[in-house]
Amino acid sequence: MGTELLLFYLFGAIAVAASLLVVLQRNPMHSVLLLIVSFCALAGLYIGLEAPFAAVVQIIIYTGAIMVLFLFVVMLLNAHREDEVDVGARPVRGPLRAGAVLAVVLMAELVWALVRAGGPRDGALSEGAGADAAALQSVRTLGNVLFTDYSLAFEATSILIIVAMVGAVVLAKRES
Amino acid sequence: MVPLGHYLILSAILFGVGTMGVFLRRNVITVLLSIEVMLNAVNLAFIAFGRTMGSVDGQVIMFFVVTVAAAEAAVGLALVIALFRHRESLNPDTFTSLKW
Amino acid sequence: MIPLYIAQFGIILAVFGMLLLAAAVMVYSERKVAALIQQRYGPYLVGPKGMLQPIADVVKLIFKESLRPVAADRVIFVLAPILSATAAFAAFAVVPFGAETTLFGLIEEPIRLQVADVNVAVLVVFAITSISVYGIVLAGWSSNSKYSLLGSLRSASQMISYELSYGMSLAAVLVLAGSLSLTDIVNAQQGAWLGFIPRWFVFVQPLGFLIFMIAGVAETNRAPFDFPEAEQELVAGYHTEYSSTPFMMFFLAEYINMVTAAAVAADLFLGGWHGPFLPEYLGWIWFLVKISAILFFYIWMRWTLPRLRYDQLMQFGWKVLLPLAALNLIVTAAGVIYCGN
Repeated sequence: MGTELLLFYLFGAIAVAASLLVVLQRNPMHSVLLLIVSFCALAGLYIGLEAPFAAVVQIIIYTGAIMVLFLFVVMLLNAHREDEVDVGARPVRGPLRAGAVLAVVLMAELVWALVRAGGPRDGALSEGAGADAAALQSVRTLGNVLFTDYSLAFEATSILIIVAMVGAVVLAKRES
Repeated sequence: MVPLGHYLILSAILFGVGTMGVFLRRNVITVLLSIEVMLNAVNLAFIAFGRTMGSVDGQVIMFFVVTVAAAEAAVGLALVIALFRHRESLNPDTFTSLKW
Repeated sequence: MIPLYIAQFGIILAVFGMLLLAAAVMVYSERKVAALIQQRYGPYLVGPKGMLQPIADVVKLIFKESLRPVAADRVIFVLAPILSATAAFAAFAVVPFGAETTLFGLIEEPIRLQVADVNVAVLVVFAITSISVYGIVLAGWSSNSKYSLLGSLRSASQMISYELSYGMSLAAVLVLAGSLSLTDIVNAQQGAWLGFIPRWFVFVQPLGFLIFMIAGVAETNRAPFDFPEAEQELVAGYHTEYSSTPFMMFFLAEYINMVTAAAVAADLFLGGWHGPFLPEYLGWIWFLVKISAILFFYIWMRWTLPRLRYDQLMQFGWKVLLPLAALNLIVTAAGVIYCGN
């Protein structure tokens, strides 16, 4: 129990610190790398939540593919640091700052509401969790559910991926 | 077992950080990165709930969110590249007029 | 309990030492085998038959000056080789290399010869392999030089293209074995048909093995897919600007990636530590034999085949290997359902 809580705080602190740096930090390349650190910390949290398959999928897909895509685009476009003045831009400072403040307010409200609500009320809920924990871990159960109960969503996702691939190629093509 | 509330609070904090990033940053790629942070916060909440309810539905939804995020990142970055070719700038404030 | 922890710790140290030793042996054997293929002597001055040559190489590299270009991004320049080497070592942590053993009765319950027994071991290897792409990409970018950037972009796109075929040929093995844990996959290959043909998956899936080997060569950036390090075209690709210890780390990472790919191939297709004449607890000897055979094959390929051009490489990966891997997976799945085993 003690080590689990400790690991939760460790990974949670890494995830929050890395995400904050992603948002506040000037160099886009460093932002991408910090986001990778945040994803790996989240993968650690998923392992603590008895979802090892989700953790590995997070690393393979998010850090192994999506972030490589971001990295390629950052390198290709040679994204400059943000404090260089852009001639064509008309900065809108006021609404931006207000928006950021509202985001912090949202965060504070959510945290306050969750702290007040406490955990799940039912004791029966955690018993159900304990009995199914071994089944939760099984990739077999996951595959079963994916292909029977959620098969429509699964097939729709494959169409989505093809559409996204074709769309990305068409959008990024050079007009010659 | 770490109580559910802890995970939800962490998820809320990450979501708030991501939202802050979408508003504050003046670089399109970093805005897309902040959106990914928000999606991850949601993933964490789903898997935490899945473990508490004792069903695999949390993980299933997380896979679909990851897939959709991948598709969205691909198309979003292609758009960024197309925009960059026209205006040579990654600042969203440059793209404020409807005509090129 | 205490002897168990000590045994686990001993296994961790043993695996780490073994990997370093394997890298040193690979350096020597690569040069010696290359020499034999090219009909000349290899290293023969340092030590008997040149066996201390790797040590001489390491000493030389350590004493060199460690340079950093002025315009290089400081943090990423230092981080890239560390990331490469760390990912290479970490991938071996879930690969089992021997049967359950009680270490000649020293401890009460048997432990596996594996650093960590995860039940999604195959995916963990895959995940860490996809992180090693970053070492290369970041090295190329942070060097701030055109040769490095080109080499690293090409290498990264090559690695992510061949990861797909790698994963699909792996998925066909998973369909046959019914589990994601490497130990279970190896144990599913016990026994023999007709008494003398072992039940290895390479006999059930020859195409899958071929695809896995080719994708493995492409993943570890070895010839004929070593365009990123092409000495003739790109100076030295992504590690042009590195010298001394970071350079050594890149090479260490490359050799250990090769060893890991060979170990995973031996576990998945060649039956791991099962072999005819030796008893079960000496299975790791067979494992070493199989890995050595695969690594010899790697070295042989490097000094025999010409390098593929970059567009040929990408076309081969997407238009030939990926459809073949998908076909392999479909046929395997159909076969398993039809035969019902």
